Amino acid sequence: MAFYIARRLLLALPALLGLVFLTFVLSRVIPGDPAATLAGDAATPAQLAEIRAQYGLDRPILEQAVIHVRQVLTGDFGRSVFSGRPVAEEIAQRLPATLELTFAALLLSTLLGVPLGLVAALNHNGPVDHLVRVLSVGGLAMASFWLAIMLQLFFSMELDILPLRGRVDVEIGMPPLRTGLVLLDSLLAGRGDIFVDGALHLVLPAVTLCLPGLATIARFTRSGVLETLQKDFVLYARAAGYGRVRLAAIYVLRNAVNMVVTQIGLLFGALISGAVAVEAIFDWPGLGTYAVQAILSADYKALLAVTLVVGVVYAVVNVLVDVAQALIDPRVAEDAR
Amino acid sequence: MSIPVLQVQGLDVELRSERGVARILQDVTFTIPRGGTVGIVGESGCGKSTLLRAVLGILPKGAETPRGAILFDGQDILTDHAASARGRIGFVPQDPYLSLNPVFRAGDQILEIMRRHAPGSRADHKRKIVELFRAVQLPDPEGALRKYPHQFSGGQRQRLLIAAALACDPALVVADEPTTALDVTTQREILALLRRLVAERGLSLLFVTHDFGVLASVCQEVTVLYAGRVAESGPVRAVLDTPRHPYTRMLLACHPDRAADLAGIPGTVPAATAQPSGCRFHPRCPLAQPSCAAAAPPMQALGEGRAVACPWYETPLPETALA
Ligand SMILES: Nc1ncnc2c1ncn2[C@@H]1O[C@H](COP(=O)(O)OP(=O)(O)O)[C@@H](O)[C@H]1O
Ligand SMILES: [Mg+2]
Repeated sequence: MAFYIARRLLLALPALLGLVFLTFVLSRVIPGDPAATLAGDAATPAQLAEIRAQYGLDRPILEQAVIHVRQVLTGDFGRSVFSGRPVAEEIAQRLPATLELTFAALLLSTLLGVPLGLVAALNHNGPVDHLVRVLSVGGLAMASFWLAIMLQLFFSMELDILPLRGRVDVEIGMPPLRTGLVLLDSLLAGRGDIFVDGALHLVLPAVTLCLPGLATIARFTRSGVLETLQKDFVLYARAAGYGRVRLAAIYVLRNAVNMVVTQIGLLFGALISGAVAVEAIFDWPGLGTYAVQAILSADYKALLAVTLVVGVVYAVVNVLVDVAQALIDPRVAEDAR
Repeated sequence: MSIPVLQVQGLDVELRSERGVARILQDVTFTIPRGGTVGIVGESGCGKSTLLRAVLGILPKGAETPRGAILFDGQDILTDHAASARGRIGFVPQDPYLSLNPVFRAGDQILEIMRRHAPGSRADHKRKIVELFRAVQLPDPEGALRKYPHQFSGGQRQRLLIAAALACDPALVVADEPTTALDVTTQREILALLRRLVAERGLSLLFVTHDFGVLASVCQEVTVLYAGRVAESGPVRAVLDTPRHPYTRMLLACHPDRAADLAGIPGTVPAATAQPSGCRFHPRCPLAQPSCAAAAPPMQALGEGRAVACPWYETPLPETALA
């Protein structure tokens, strides 16, 4: 299994290198001049040329790209054109917030979506089944910014039971920094109050972000279970006297869930892009807000680094998906050997 | 005399769907004495599997209100399939390739059955399974416990399923064409195994097949089904030597010891939704009289444990019928 994981990770490397190279070239051929941002509005043509030379922006694009790839390989992501600080530092600061949010959303959509899909399939054409159908269309169609604002209006303004924005209350403050994940760090520091506050802050953004995933997972669980229920081995298990609950919740679900796991891998892309909007609305200090800022200020080094980080996270998630599938279905692991 | 293991009495199974009511089984009656081996023969689609599903308490959706009675150990299990009956009826399915869940270890799938239906600890159960694996001649019995279904060949899987059927010390084993999915050599081995287990353990067996050769090698008694009704029944040797019902006679004349199928006999098996009136075989029967279409002929006892559902059982078939 370790060999399998290592091989999958190695296979992801060329793809990531390609990503670094391509996104750089793309960022340089689209309109927008980083030198102009750096120099400010009042810069003279001579100052612009000097800045271009200093940042290597006057060389051929391919040469620039090769230099960029080499820098990235040595861990040098450059400095933000906007703040002047090292991009790596800024990202390290913001990545945990996004990871915490997307992980919470993924967890929510799985914990709710799988049982919903299962119950829907077991009550084929029953009330829960119809609910799941409505949800799986609605969840994908609903604009997340609209839902976010509605949730804020209701739970934060009207009922005043959940915080409106941010990761923790300013008065309570962040826990001592270890992993950057508020929930984990507060537990490590033994600060139950921060944990509760952090969890409350997480509820609305995570609920908003989880909806498309929830819809997809419920739908795929439902169809997976329906398909599995037709199999001979289910009939055999019933004849052999398996318990009803055990049969549905374990025996059938494990077969059905393999398709769902594939979907989770694909979903992750949607989650990250969804996080951009959700973070902006809930003032969540993550990569999404960082990326928005970088786009608005033509901060190409920051943007390239964000793209790469998302790419790496995506690759890791997909390796995890493969591993999960191999764990669920022994035949997958065997084929991979 | 002890009560029979299984008594099926006047069993009617109807399947309700949008396309109408399919009368799959009608007035099926037979008995399996303790230690008896009864075969059910008939062509594909005549209701053999449905009969087994009724015995196992897993009739398909739309067939939930059967009539008649199925007494297992004297207790009616047709309308209320008591949990106590499960596990005590071992089941060997038709297709060993499709009947095991590919994502669970074979041993765990048997352990789950035992956890619910056999006394003793998990360790006891494991020991018992290894013992059974040895009895069914599965190679490497201990290792087999931890293997997944796809790591076994078809014949090995069927051995495994036979072991599973025996796991809870069943009072009755039912098998649905357990060798049709296997190649000829493997078929022979599995049949030999079944015969040995029946002899050694005194199993009561309900065995479904469409193959007279297989039937003769495994069973003492036979019940011949045609389109969901019993055509005739009796000791296997007697029925094979001197078949009485025109259907059985024509079948055996076509294929003295091979698969029961009516190729070469004019007409087709009626659809379950459009059964003919009276005797269901009359549209294809060379001996049919107008009375055959009016009412289903009752079973007549012939002595020596034989019975036939045809008044013309002594009339010879015309030569042309067997061409
Ligand atoms: N689940 C089901 N849904 C619809 N029809 C069925 C179902 N099971 C069996 N039948 C019908 O019942 C009849 C008997 O089928 P079956 O018991 O499988 O016969 P056999 O095992 O002798 O081939 C066939 O006409 C078949 O089409
Ligand atoms: Mg069948």
